[in-house]
Amino acid sequence: MSGAILAAGGLDCHFENAANPCGFPAPGAEIFFFNDIVRFDVLGQSVGFNKVTILIVIAVVAVLGFFLYAFRSPKLVPRGAQNVGEVGYTFIRDGIARDVIGKEGDRFVPYLFSFFFLVWAFNFLAIVPGAQFPITSVFAIPVAFALIVYFTWVPLGIYRQGFLGFFKNMLFPPGVPKPMYILLAPIELISNIIVRPFTHAVRLFANMFAGHLLIATFSIAAFYLLSFTIVGMLGSIASFTLTIALTAFELLIQALQAYIFTLLTAVYISGALHAEH
Amino acid sequence: MSYLAAGIMAAGGSTEEMPSVLAVPIDELVIGTIAFFVVFGVLAKVALPNIKKTLAARTEAIEGGIRKAEEAQAEAQKALEEYRAALASAREEAAAIRTQAQADRAAIVEEARSEARAAAAAVTAQAEAQLALERSQAQAQLTRQVGDVAMVLAGKIVGQSLTDDARVSATVDAFLADLESQAGSTGAMS
Repeated sequence: MSGAILAAGGLDCHFENAANPCGFPAPGAEIFFFNDIVRFDVLGQSVGFNKVTILIVIAVVAVLGFFLYAFRSPKLVPRGAQNVGEVGYTFIRDGIARDVIGKEGDRFVPYLFSFFFLVWAFNFLAIVPGAQFPITSVFAIPVAFALIVYFTWVPLGIYRQGFLGFFKNMLFPPGVPKPMYILLAPIELISNIIVRPFTHAVRLFANMFAGHLLIATFSIAAFYLLSFTIVGMLGSIASFTLTIALTAFELLIQALQAYIFTLLTAVYISGALHAEH
Repeated sequence: MSYLAAGIMAAGGSTEEMPSVLAVPIDELVIGTIAFFVVFGVLAKVALPNIKKTLAARTEAIEGGIRKAEEAQAEAQKALEEYRAALASAREEAAAIRTQAQADRAAIVEEARSEARAAAAAVTAQAEAQLALERSQAQAQLTRQVGDVAMVLAGKIVGQSLTDDARVSATVDAFLADLESQAGSTGAMS
């Protein structure tokens, strides 16, 4: 949180400032925590209401608002927002659902669509002035999403392949010499049932966390180095330029991570629907 | 704040009670889950069925258009083939008429030629007949004149008129007849 950082260093905390000598106030984990605006109890559970909560509401409203507007009364010959919305829809339908899941993919389009655009909106808030915080860098959010996906494909697989069939297909992939199963079965069990949801969440979280930390570091550096010395000015300009470049880079990473998260979701669902590896 | 899973806590407790970034507070977990289901519910129930229907209708419209265009093209192709067939038959007919006309022309020319030949032959025959008639007339006349001349000449030589003498006349006639027959025999001999 920028307020916290400024408080840590002070507004006149600059490189080679003789009047107020101070070191580089490097941002740490504290920039991912926000003070509660209110905190109340719901059914015995303490619920905090802070910047993250507000941003979640804004992202949800923005995603819903855009698509409800774009698809309010779709025309055969699309114009304006419908065009943009359709690009998103066909991207998910053709590029992910049909490509990965296959014939049954169309049924999962709304599910994958919601994940992609919600995750993207959450990521995108990292570079929206005023928000400047990727909600997906709060670990609980990717965990929540990964758990939803986990509790989708596991029951789906058991429903489709039967309880024993599901585990048999998972633990004993075909085309492997029999003795190898002694080694392979525990690995498959651990990697699919335990590690998979964890990596699914961490991949998204870590990317957004690191990106936000990088941008924060370079923007603080640009402020810190700002002084009437050659090193200070050059350093400040370089840091500022890097901040801009990293912001552009983040724009790419945000979409890419949303895509990867959705693609993996489709892959897991596909694996649950069709037994073969 | 209660935690579902607590990760690495901040080292050394430098910042008082700052939790780990890997901590998962239950309230945030629930809010994230609710956020997804709100978006999923509204999009799946309201927004996406609309666009799915529209896209299906568009595909239908495009495929219908393509089918129509294909039909029109087939029809045009058929018309073109019919036209070509008609053109070919017309050409064949024209060629037949032309060969027929050529044959007719040759026949007509031949006919005219034979007619002309016949006419020419008739004319020639007529002319020959005429010529023969005239010749025989001229010969008869000439014979008579030669008799007369011979009589006059003989009278003058003899010194008396032999003109009215019937015997003389008979003699001359006999002489001439003899002459003619002689001429005829020499003509036949030669």
